[in-house]
Amino acid sequence: MEYVIEMLNITKEFPGIKANDNVTLRVKKGEIHALLGENGAGKSTLMSVLFGLYQPEEGIIKVRGKEVAITNPNIANEHGIGMVHQHFKLVENFTVTENIILGMEPKKSFGRIDIAKASKKVKEISERYGLSVDPNSKIEDITVGMQQRVEILKMLYRDAEILIFDEPTAVLTPQEIHELMKIMKELVSEGKSIVLITHKLKEIKEVSDKCTVLRKGRYIGTVDVKDTTEEQMAEMMVGREVSFQVDKEEANPTDVVLSIKNLNVINNRKLQAVKNLSIDVKRGEIMCVAGIDGNGQSEFIEAITGLRKIESGSIMLNGKEISGMTIRNRTLEGIGHIPEDRHKHGLVLDFTLEENMALQTYYKEPLSKNGLINFEERNKVSERLIEEFDVRSGQGSETKARSMSGGNQQKVIIAREMDLSPEVLIAAQPTRGLDVGAIEYIHKRLVEERDSGKAVLLISLEMEEVLNVADKIAVLYEGEIVGMVDADKTDENELGLMMAGSKRGEVS
Amino acid sequence: MERFRNYLANEKNHKILIPIIAVILGFLLGNIVMLITGENPIELYKALIQAVFGVKVDNIGTGKTVFVVRKVGEYFVYVMPIVLTGLSVAFAFRTGLFNIGAEGQLLMGAFATTWLGITLDLPAIILIPIVVLGGALAGGAWGFIPGYLKAKFNVHEVVVTIMLNYTALHLTNFLMKEIPGSDSVKTAKLNENALLSSEMLRNLTSNSRFHFGFIIVIIALVIFWYIINKTTFGYELKAVGYNPNAAEYAGMKVKRNAALSMAISGAFAGLAGVVLVAGTFGYGRVLSAAEGYGFDGIAVALIGGNTAIGSLLSGLLLGSLNAAQPIMQGQGVPKAITIIISASIIVFVAMQKGISSSLKKLKGAK
Repeated sequence: MEYVIEMLNITKEFPGIKANDNVTLRVKKGEIHALLGENGAGKSTLMSVLFGLYQPEEGIIKVRGKEVAITNPNIANEHGIGMVHQHFKLVENFTVTENIILGMEPKKSFGRIDIAKASKKVKEISERYGLSVDPNSKIEDITVGMQQRVEILKMLYRDAEILIFDEPTAVLTPQEIHELMKIMKELVSEGKSIVLITHKLKEIKEVSDKCTVLRKGRYIGTVDVKDTTEEQMAEMMVGREVSFQVDKEEANPTDVVLSIKNLNVINNRKLQAVKNLSIDVKRGEIMCVAGIDGNGQSEFIEAITGLRKIESGSIMLNGKEISGMTIRNRTLEGIGHIPEDRHKHGLVLDFTLEENMALQTYYKEPLSKNGLINFEERNKVSERLIEEFDVRSGQGSETKARSMSGGNQQKVIIAREMDLSPEVLIAAQPTRGLDVGAIEYIHKRLVEERDSGKAVLLISLEMEEVLNVADKIAVLYEGEIVGMVDADKTDENELGLMMAGSKRGEVS
Repeated sequence: MERFRNYLANEKNHKILIPIIAVILGFLLGNIVMLITGENPIELYKALIQAVFGVKVDNIGTGKTVFVVRKVGEYFVYVMPIVLTGLSVAFAFRTGLFNIGAEGQLLMGAFATTWLGITLDLPAIILIPIVVLGGALAGGAWGFIPGYLKAKFNVHEVVVTIMLNYTALHLTNFLMKEIPGSDSVKTAKLNENALLSSEMLRNLTSNSRFHFGFIIVIIALVIFWYIINKTTFGYELKAVGYNPNAAEYAGMKVKRNAALSMAISGAFAGLAGVVLVAGTFGYGRVLSAAEGYGFDGIAVALIGGNTAIGSLLSGLLLGSLNAAQPIMQGQGVPKAITIIISASIIVFVAMQKGISSSLKKLKGAK
């Protein structure tokens, strides 16, 4: 069969690095072609070249066998190439239809927009591909999964034949991921072609036909997904064998470090987010709070770290009440915090790597004295942590955090927080959006922290991570802990049921 | 050539390159306007040279006076306050706050200087520091108001500072007239020991109003640079400015820092008031409208990239355009040309993203 897209020997350079080095990607009509690679492997660059955002230094692009020059996204659209971005580009207070027609509104006389016609067409397309989107609801009122479908509809409305999905599942719940997979299969059965950018092997296995692997900007190979195991693909991606199992000894929990009693917290919408929650975390154990997103996890962490006021209850660290303390004093008492949103809380993206490494300790000796920064010491600390945690960046300590890959940004935060040597390390979704290599590394570090006699409180939405890393699992549902189990005495099924709200007693 | 092109394309150099390019483009645009309206662009540069260096180009080789230093003195008289208000705006901006109130803070500083300078009779060595600090404190207090309201009640600083500009104008007008010896347009002269002006500097610059205020400007530049780059306080301010959420996460007192930053910002503007009263004029004035030093400060900070050295350079640049105005008018060239140039420089600086991406395309282009 002929190829709809051929990107041949593409080379794209940025100052200091070759983001794509002689990369070839061929996509057949009607197939789902996965593009696999670690963060910074050059997947997004390659797709940006295809979408006309970057011009390659070398190589040619053919669409349906004809060589084309794609110099901007409009030309890409003309060739039927559409992209679903990771971060949606939607107007929140517009309806679905208004968002979809934005830029190519059907007109009636006197330049009035023919909304009725547009909304009918949107409905038609939506039904044809099983998207079931209501054309008249506002974007702000629909779920993230639905918003993504609106993005898909936007491309279909513009008659896109080749759809690029940029890490589409990063923001979705397991159910929504399942639905999305169904939609993607529906799309290819209708003759569309899909390029799926991802680093989640499970998803590739589930929907893709072919998989092209990139590593450090270089083309590694293209494989038939059905003949290749997840382990083989992971190896191609990382360049060495990857273990999905976390190596760890039996936990050896000792005394309670963090003791939370009857905690009540209210969220931004003045609703009770955490209800009467009690939990003990011991030295030498990884306690995992599992649950589906939005069940009070964020508020729970913010209450412990001091970003949010509590309504009632107590938070004791080593027998000392910390719930009334400032954030800084809690840090000094021994709370380390890897925040769930690394861009919002974890890093100052316009600071250098070195300045970010100092974020929790800049005011103490030796990093400063009498309010003056000791640049020499600060650099030493930064260089040591970069070395110890293998943080990779273009210009070492001088690199702006913004220009680093997600995995390395996360390593900066982990290095900084672990270097505080906290009594309790709170790790909120520490592997979100990261590739297998980085995930493996972070899990190893968390286990090491546990083995050094510290307590780890892990908050995770990923079932695999929960089962692999945790020693004890507390399931959070609507702000309450509905079950507490040992990680080695439970399975995915039981956890899944608890996360959905059935208590342990009712399961068996 | 290749190396030069790569230098231009490298994003690291853009921080310096973009203001320079914006200035060049601004002048080019001004020249084009001059050509279209039938003026000779050379007149502009002659006027600038005369304003900044005191050299009358036309008189070279004619035997007439070539070097007129008075204009240079007046040039610096104008540059001093706008560099200070520029520092004021830039300092707040580093914490993510937009201080439109430099004008009002300047007026409060000016009033405090006038009042202290007239009522106190002390030796210069004591009185001058009192007058300078008093002006800075008054400006700082005026800047602290929007900072405090922002921290306590989350009132937007832009709204409050605009309002406070009017409040300051009318309040200081009233207070100035209450000082003994004032008439309806100005106060009595400040005590001799409170003045920054000096016979020596006046003589050196053939009777311009040039005064020792430049020392205050230099000290202010050093303080600005030192706080922002060398202290943990400056580190906190920058963190708050770039990402208040991360600053809060790291245990910084975001609100307190915002209020303090506005107060320090106000103090810089207050110093501009000191320089005007104790240096340029020697008495307090009752103004019918604000003079625009605060708004010039916004332009200075914007072109200077919110840094100390940048504010100095852009203050010198905008000052030169201002000082060239009367000279050009003397040659029959409308002064609006210089306003067009300074305005278009600001527009080009605001286009920095576009300029930056055009520069990046230079790399590898054949």
